[in-house]
Amino acid sequence: MYVAVKGGERAILNAHELLAEKRRGDHAVPELTVEQIQNQLPLAVNRVMTEGSLYDPELAALAIKQSSGDLIEAIFLLRAFRTTLTRLGTSLPIDTSRMTLWRRISATFKDLPGGQVLGPTYDYTHRLLDFSLVSESGERKDNRLPVAETVLLKGTTPRVLDLLNQEGLIEKEAPEDEQGVGDLTHHPLHIPADRDLRLQNLARGDEGFLLGLAYSTQRGFGNNHPFVGEIRFGQVAVEISPEELGFPIEIGEIDVTECQMINQFKGSASQPPGFTRGYGLTFGHSERKAMAIALLDRALRGRDLGEAANSPAQDEEFVLMHSDNVQASGFVEHLKLPHYVDFQAELTLVRSLRSSVQEEKTEKEGK
Amino acid sequence: MRKQLSLQPRIKDTGSPRLAGYNFAYLDEGTKRMIRRAILKAVAIPGHQVPFGSREMPLPLGWGTGGIQVTASVIGPDDILKVIDQGSDDTTNAVSIRRFFTQTTGVRTTEKTREATLIQTRHRIPETPLGPEQIIIFQVPIPEPLRFLEPREVETCKMHGLAEYGVMYVKLYEDISAHGRIATAYNYPVMVHHRYVTSPSPIPRFDNPKMDRMPALQLFGAGREKRIYAIPPYTTVKSLDFEDHPFEIEKWDHCCALCGSSESYLDEIVTDDQGGRLFVCSDTDYCEERRVAGHKSAPPDTVKLAITRLKRGK
Repeated sequence: MYVAVKGGERAILNAHELLAEKRRGDHAVPELTVEQIQNQLPLAVNRVMTEGSLYDPELAALAIKQSSGDLIEAIFLLRAFRTTLTRLGTSLPIDTSRMTLWRRISATFKDLPGGQVLGPTYDYTHRLLDFSLVSESGERKDNRLPVAETVLLKGTTPRVLDLLNQEGLIEKEAPEDEQGVGDLTHHPLHIPADRDLRLQNLARGDEGFLLGLAYSTQRGFGNNHPFVGEIRFGQVAVEISPEELGFPIEIGEIDVTECQMINQFKGSASQPPGFTRGYGLTFGHSERKAMAIALLDRALRGRDLGEAANSPAQDEEFVLMHSDNVQASGFVEHLKLPHYVDFQAELTLVRSLRSSVQEEKTEKEGK
Repeated sequence: MRKQLSLQPRIKDTGSPRLAGYNFAYLDEGTKRMIRRAILKAVAIPGHQVPFGSREMPLPLGWGTGGIQVTASVIGPDDILKVIDQGSDDTTNAVSIRRFFTQTTGVRTTEKTREATLIQTRHRIPETPLGPEQIIIFQVPIPEPLRFLEPREVETCKMHGLAEYGVMYVKLYEDISAHGRIATAYNYPVMVHHRYVTSPSPIPRFDNPKMDRMPALQLFGAGREKRIYAIPPYTTVKSLDFEDHPFEIEKWDHCCALCGSSESYLDEIVTDDQGGRLFVCSDTDYCEERRVAGHKSAPPDTVKLAITRLKRGK
């Protein structure tokens, strides 16, 4: 006789224990510290902070450790923690022209005020596995570049697009409106969405999904002729202006990557030909993501600019409603949950549909 | 309205052990108030989907976070909670959600439908009729009944606004012309209070009639899709159909192999690789209650006969 399966709770607890054991791996190997992850896997930490919408390298590193390096799981952990945090205030818009820059490049001008600074980049590395990294002693000690000698741009470095702006060739930045900035983590996203919410959605969006969509715009699915006006990576001050003080105070610094794309615009009835903007901003150093955001930001502005929107990347509802990997993985993976009630309903239906087909067939053959 | 729905600035501690560092029922009181406002609006407009600022919960989106947020915002220290998935209290996700609330609220939980004040469910409505003192909270994956006919939210909003449901009737009509019957086995659309076409969530259509004039308040939470809707007590809920093709529910040739019920929704259990099957109640509490009351399983040969008939296709 069949007995209903009991003991789900015990099974779940055991699964958690097994997971912890799997995460730890071979006990003969020293345990990875959160500090090591934070310092030596910074690009993973950056991605988790950006898509987790929380700037906290230590917690992001902890999430990566806890999730055994599954970054989407780590993003989920960080997001779930973020929900519980109290909002103490809203910062002023960061001023990226006053960033301390580790890296700043432009693909549109050979030289420009402040110059081009390559900084720490994988761009021109040859992708040859470096076997010297296999052993811990393989660490480079001799020709280490003293940090003091690395080029850093301090003070004010004008942004490339502001330089173009002087000539009136590129659309002006929209002035700040009265509405303030929206927050899709507090209010449901309505389509059509304003650009602030679109950019928030894209910043939180899955890097892979955005990358694929951005790539599609380059292959003819919504071509928008982009140029990298500028990519900059560095440290920027975060300021708040408490009401009781009435003037801004700096509360800390964060690392960000900013990408400004310049896109061809043939002009419309109301606007002369010129250039339009696509904008991307991420926490830490994540250029690929910032570029993808900038391409998609521009692709999604078709409605404002009177362009036809025929491609997936230009379809706001399609892009914004499917970009979030915490939502996507949750819903895709929920298929693992029991569905036997639904399946039973389908079984009953399919059987009855088949039996009526069978009956008809028998009837016809009988005639 | 029940006491738990009134605003509670601070919730008295029950004294039961619960997770340190988190508010009662996890969400902060401001968030709960926001969700309760959405619930009140939903109750005022039966069947209408109300957008709400769905939060990111520590359980995955698509795994019941909408239901969890609704439960978290209406639960009080005196509530008795029942959580079911597929009709059973013992399925893994039901266990996980119950554990979440035990840890964050310390409230009493139960497996008995009659005892519960709040029932959070996925994919079923209990067989035992619910009373006016109870609230049933459905976890909803896709709140929009028109979604698979029209993928765009912008469009479906307009369709609801204008009560433009022709496309749904066309779909049902096409089913009838192709298959001779409406080929929707679960998530069968309903009309709530003669106005809004609403998704009953993926319950089997067997459960649809239970929604009509139910004495309990029915709340629906879709976390990922950020929507809440409600069916107030004693509201008319009609499953869509045609005069010449009236709505009908699944019937089995068998009764439950454990309690002998011929009234309940049955799960099919594969017993071997020779086509052997057993049919048992999907609602484990209902089945248990009947067995305690002395109801017996059907004689084994009845079950076998039923299986043979099934294998022959009729």
